[in-house]
Amino acid sequence: MRWPTRRGVVRGVVQGLAALAGLALGVTFAATVWAQQMVADLSSHLIAITTGFTGTEVVLFGATDGVGDVAIIVNGPRLPAIVRRKTRVLGMWMNTDSVRFSQAPSYHSVAASRPLDQIVAKTALERQQIGAPQLQLDPQETLDPQELAAFRAALIRNKQRAGLYGTNVGAVSFLGDRLFRTNIYFPANVPTGLYNVEALLIRDGEVVSAQTTPLVVSKVGFSAEVYDMARHRPITYGVLAVLGAVAAGWAAGAAFRRV
Amino acid sequence: MQVYLPIAEMSVNALLVLGMGGLIGFLSGMFGVGGGFLMTPLLIFIGVPPAVAVGTQANQLVAASVSGVLAHWRRGNVDVKLGVVMLIGGVIGTGIGVWIFGILQRLGQIDIAITLSYVFFLGTIGGMMMLESSRAIIRRRSPTAKRGKLHRHIWLHGLPFKMRFHRSKLYISALLPAGIGVVGGILVAIMGIGGGFLLVPAMIYLLNMPAGLVAGTSLFQIIFTTAAATLLQAATNHTVDAMLALLLLVGGVVGAQFGTKVGSRIPGEQARLMLATIVVGVALKLAWDLFAPPLDVYTLSMGIA
Repeated sequence: MRWPTRRGVVRGVVQGLAALAGLALGVTFAATVWAQQMVADLSSHLIAITTGFTGTEVVLFGATDGVGDVAIIVNGPRLPAIVRRKTRVLGMWMNTDSVRFSQAPSYHSVAASRPLDQIVAKTALERQQIGAPQLQLDPQETLDPQELAAFRAALIRNKQRAGLYGTNVGAVSFLGDRLFRTNIYFPANVPTGLYNVEALLIRDGEVVSAQTTPLVVSKVGFSAEVYDMARHRPITYGVLAVLGAVAAGWAAGAAFRRV
Repeated sequence: MQVYLPIAEMSVNALLVLGMGGLIGFLSGMFGVGGGFLMTPLLIFIGVPPAVAVGTQANQLVAASVSGVLAHWRRGNVDVKLGVVMLIGGVIGTGIGVWIFGILQRLGQIDIAITLSYVFFLGTIGGMMMLESSRAIIRRRSPTAKRGKLHRHIWLHGLPFKMRFHRSKLYISALLPAGIGVVGGILVAIMGIGGGFLLVPAMIYLLNMPAGLVAGTSLFQIIFTTAAATLLQAATNHTVDAMLALLLLVGGVVGAQFGTKVGSRIPGEQARLMLATIVVGVALKLAWDLFAPPLDVYTLSMGIA
């Protein structure tokens, strides 16, 4: 039998501590699961829109305390929205009617472990605003219900065309009975702001547990600086844009002088 | 290679935008026009919001006109005094234009206003250019045709505030160049174009300016109107995308150099006829968009309280 070397001892202690910490973590995790019936978290809580941003995926993962279905709802920051309708004026298509909605989520997507109509009652879908058709969109002015329905549908359709409202329900996959995960996709034109990721545990058609996790979508680096400056110091931004253009034009004129 | 545009809030292919800048730069170098009237519709076509396309285009045109005016300056083809009078009008016009732009943007009518002014101005100017250049080509083939009067007096020349412009050998009312400047300024703000295609014929036919000075002087004043438009659009409507402007500028500057070389080998009338064909083509395309049923009659805009 070999005596452990000094380094071996250190490594052993570290491993032991790590195991202990892991155990402790596991116990807390289990306790939380017990108390909450479900835990979920995101692979990242920040989506950074850099100059090279072309869209990204965030993984949501979690565990339940037993058999059940899971639905994930992602909502972007709520903003006022205006839907305009074109009609023919002198043969030209022109915006003539408009409806203002006091707020609509700038992003909305749903993922579920099974088709929604099989796991949850219609009333619960509406209460939790799961899926674009169930979103609560109230106009600022009173409107004929048929007109309202047309404008609401148009809002959702436009958002879906921009890829910001999901057209179908994404898949939540289970590993065994308890562990689940899903990928949430955010396209390149994703609006910035504070997002809400809601995980629902559903049993017998009713939501038995819910957990919300925040997610920040933010411009980072050069594009963030440009945007901030354009918004908050517009005059400086304008002056810099003009000076930059003059310098570039001058440089180009000088560089190609002999060509 | 995708690049995220911070103000347009979209991701575009950098090579595509560079290529567009290069192509328009080539045409502008070849025909001696700013090319804004082609670039703004192209930007809208690739999905840039019309308001951002117009604001950014103004910024890009500052660079294009600076590099253009340098060549004219070296040859002494700029009437600074006349240019300054024009640009006073131009800056006022830009202010009016940006103000109108903001109102239309809030009313949701900016898109149709941009398209309508494009159809009107491009259609009119393009049509006139087409007629004039084809006549010139025919006239060259049959040299017996009569030449028109060199100088005509119309009521415009009777306006007050007469001023002497030594460089252009003109004694005319200052209101005339200033008025042309106002119209040019409004066009810069609403259409995102330098307005050279309107200013140049106006200066030739209304002011009777020597043809050699026209291009340099109009470019000289376009620098200031586009600069004023950039500033005002940035300050009031937040629609100048510096990133997009940079990409367009790089492509445009390189393209213009090659365009100038090719352009010097094409006879004037033929170049004008080709340009007129492009201008009329763009006008027809935009008119078609105006009358053709849209993909969806409903549109959405968010975040404006």
